[in-house]
Amino acid sequence: MTSLPPPSARKLGLVIDLDVCVGCHACAVNCKEWNAAGHSAPLTDLDPYGANANGVWFNRVHSFEAGEGAASRTVHFPKSCLHCEEPACVTVCPTGASYKRVEDGIVLVNPDTCIGCKLCSWACPYGAREFDHDAGVMKKCTLCIDRIYNENLEEADRVPACVSTCPASARHFGDLGDPGSAVSRLVAERGGYDLMPEMCYKPVNKYLPPRQRQCGAGHDGAPSSLAAPEPAPGGLLGWLDRVLSR
Amino acid sequence: MHPAASVIFFTVSSGAGYGLLATLALLAAFGLIAPGLGLGLAGFGLALALVTAGLLSSTFHLGHPERAWRALTQWRSSWLSREGVAAVVTYVPAGLLALLFTFFTPGPGARLVLGLATAAMAVLTVYSTGMIYRVLKPVHQWHNAWVVPGYLVLGAATGLLAAHALLRAFAPEGSAPAIVGIAALAAVAAGFLLKRGYWAFIDATPAASTAETATGLGAFGRVRLLEAPHTGTNFLMQEMGYRVARKHAARLRLIAQLAAFLLPAAFTLAALLLGGVAASLLAIVAAALGILGVAVERWLFFAEAKHTVSLYYGAERA
Ligand code: SF4
Ligand code: SF4
Repeated sequence: MTSLPPPSARKLGLVIDLDVCVGCHACAVNCKEWNAAGHSAPLTDLDPYGANANGVWFNRVHSFEAGEGAASRTVHFPKSCLHCEEPACVTVCPTGASYKRVEDGIVLVNPDTCIGCKLCSWACPYGAREFDHDAGVMKKCTLCIDRIYNENLEEADRVPACVSTCPASARHFGDLGDPGSAVSRLVAERGGYDLMPEMCYKPVNKYLPPRQRQCGAGHDGAPSSLAAPEPAPGGLLGWLDRVLSR
Repeated sequence: MHPAASVIFFTVSSGAGYGLLATLALLAAFGLIAPGLGLGLAGFGLALALVTAGLLSSTFHLGHPERAWRALTQWRSSWLSREGVAAVVTYVPAGLLALLFTFFTPGPGARLVLGLATAAMAVLTVYSTGMIYRVLKPVHQWHNAWVVPGYLVLGAATGLLAAHALLRAFAPEGSAPAIVGIAALAAVAAGFLLKRGYWAFIDATPAASTAETATGLGAFGRVRLLEAPHTGTNFLMQEMGYRVARKHAARLRLIAQLAAFLLPAAFTLAALLLGGVAASLLAIVAAALGILGVAVERWLFFAEAKHTVSLYYGAERA
């Protein structure tokens, strides 16, 4: 059924801290690693060792520059499905293959009924859906549905692969429908925001903005240019220096 | 957006087919054309062939054509599904009308009911096609009030041009050819005004989304892409990253206006004034040019459409 279910109380999603992300792409790689054998497997790569390597990824890390001069920022920007509350990617689907789960709001594609018309990818403003040319069906982030409820994993590992792997802890997973959850508090404290709010898709995932620059940051006493190295001394000191620098 | 040949062929062919079908059905409903083998086979035959060829070609670009029937299930929410249902339902009155018209002599009651039902379903199908694009918020060039009238009027114009040519060849007697010729002129004129209005609209109105809203980093200043997520290409860039040079777009708009509107209008007018064999030939040329011109227009409809996903790949405005 591609009509949307009534809004769910539980809204599982991600909070991504743009102040912390270092752009290492570990989340994207671990996502590919887990999901290549997960719920929507395989994540087909075409021409993987050739000149035109091209494949399905659920998570991609873009890097942007914002502003000019000393006030400018370089921001690494991971992006995957935002599991929107009002996702037109679901309602445009003619087959019922795309759906939003009633119990936790996760948006999924049923690969057994998808006809591969690609209309849902046109309806997603964020580019979160990628067509698998080999399987002939649409693929997208599952919020690691096969990890977060997986009782064979340790409790601590029941988070999406991207969250578990981030070496900088820039990614947080939780219930954004619960105002008291850790992720909701983080969003409230840091001013978490929606991407393209003007589309009115109401993304569940939130982004935390880069923090204000600390007062005096950038003036840590280091010289603005390097002094030329001193000429090597001669005599006994020179001999000692050469011996010690070997 | 990538202008896929199958989708262009589908929308042009089915638009003209439903336009022709609706024209013939209305003429039959009001007794303006007489039932018979020639016009039945050529007219309804061509209309159903165009519609069917279009529908078949639209299934070619599917990843799983054998599952196409599933697209009929989600009519409650999806315009693509509604289009499929409307297309299938249209075959019922259209097929009956075509059969009766070609091989029998249907009474005025049957003609009226089947004719009106066929025309209404044809309009509904093309309306649904337009709505598929109209509801897509991420594409500014599609998410506006010009799109659905464009689909309806261009379908009507190409259908009327084809009907005019067919009537001149197979049923030149009576007032029907002149009526259809005049209607074709009106539809072509309306199409011309609509497309010019549409182009003026997309040139003058900026999309709501920018690289700043897409990233939420506008507070720091202008946002631009520093590094793409990958060195190669991907599905999103292939499907939604299509860019047509302004220079080419301007030239193609000119070609579309000439081929789809100005020349067909001139040829149709000449046919109306001249009559006879000359009129037949002129009407055929007008119809062929009209369909070609609309194919160029449809190519542009895709090529000029810019998806918000391009904002994540270096575009500053969608
Ligand atoms: S981010 Fe795109 S694919 Fe994910 S729910 Fe929203 S509209 Fe759908
Ligand atoms: S590609 Fe599949 S999931 Fe997407 S709209 Fe078409 S049928 Fe639905």
